[in-house]
Amino acid sequence: MPETIEQHAAYDSKIEGNIIFTKADAAINWMRKNSLWPMPMGLACCAIELMGSASSRFDIARFGAEVMRFSPRQSDVMIVAGTVTYKMALAVKRVWDQMPEPKWCIAMGACASSGGMYRSYAVLQGIDHLIPVDVYISGCPPRPEAVLEGLMRLQDKISKEESAVAHFQTEKAV
Amino acid sequence: MTSILNILGERFGAAILDTVEFRGEQTVIVEQARAKEIINYCRDELGFDYLIDVSSLDHFGVEPRWEMVYELYALGNGARHHLRLKYKLPEDTKADSVSDIWPTAAWHEREIYDMMGIEFNGLADHRRILMWEGYPYFPLRKDFPLAGRPSEMPDVAFTDRAPLEGGPFVTSPTSASTVHREPRSREMD
Repeated sequence: MPETIEQHAAYDSKIEGNIIFTKADAAINWMRKNSLWPMPMGLACCAIELMGSASSRFDIARFGAEVMRFSPRQSDVMIVAGTVTYKMALAVKRVWDQMPEPKWCIAMGACASSGGMYRSYAVLQGIDHLIPVDVYISGCPPRPEAVLEGLMRLQDKISKEESAVAHFQTEKAV
Repeated sequence: MTSILNILGERFGAAILDTVEFRGEQTVIVEQARAKEIINYCRDELGFDYLIDVSSLDHFGVEPRWEMVYELYALGNGARHHLRLKYKLPEDTKADSVSDIWPTAAWHEREIYDMMGIEFNGLADHRRILMWEGYPYFPLRKDFPLAGRPSEMPDVAFTDRAPLEGGPFVTSPTSASTVHREPRSREMD
């Protein structure tokens, strides 16, 4: 038996070759952030750019978010892309409420962030009046690069969350 | 060449209040009471088979307050004539629906009802078309503020005032200075 392996007598290659030591938060966040399933709430022209982000030239799949779910039950991040009229507002809120935790929200473009150019009787002045927003993307509409940047910012945010702590605190509360 | 305006003038006489011809555009202003009859004649006898649009004006502060505008077009006979027909009506009266003449008018008239609050005699489906049923205002009226008014319909929709600071420019026809003519914003309530 060669000398080198004897130096690591405590190392059992049969088992430990497949084991990684890490923090629960780091593992959970890593899994969450690289597999964000978007709920595409396409309400106006921003939705066209969102489709562009998903298509081959920009390919949102590179960031693990290509699974556009039109079912809120299966989504992790709601991308509000477009003008939220008051007529649509409570429907958006309802879809958001149907999404299971953990969930995030990206306000894509000027309208979803602030009402945009529609200072009017008919348009909600920012989806953050109804839903907590994690990332705001500027633009009218934003370029697909900006959407990807927004998604990466959200990934950064998720990677800093205390997911395990939050989980055990909920357990304790129950 | 006899123009459409001449034909209408000869046929309806005093019911034709005014005619305007400007760069080939023909406009006829008619009496409210006989408007439907004239519109019917335009479709049946003059061949205006296509209703481009129906819209309405709000002459707020002037009587009569409303003005209806019909854009008619003759496609079928190949003549390609365009005719604009207008009539005024006071605030407390209903307009006559033309949805029995052109079915497409039904949605135009629903939009006018939704935005202006003008009601129509003979409109079968008299619902709002853009705003939700139960919204209490008519937002394209001149006395409705651009920012909107708060309203609440539980489980359906709510509205709020939009902040107008630095918002869209609202111009007023006045000879005063630019500061008065084009304020940063204007409160109308």
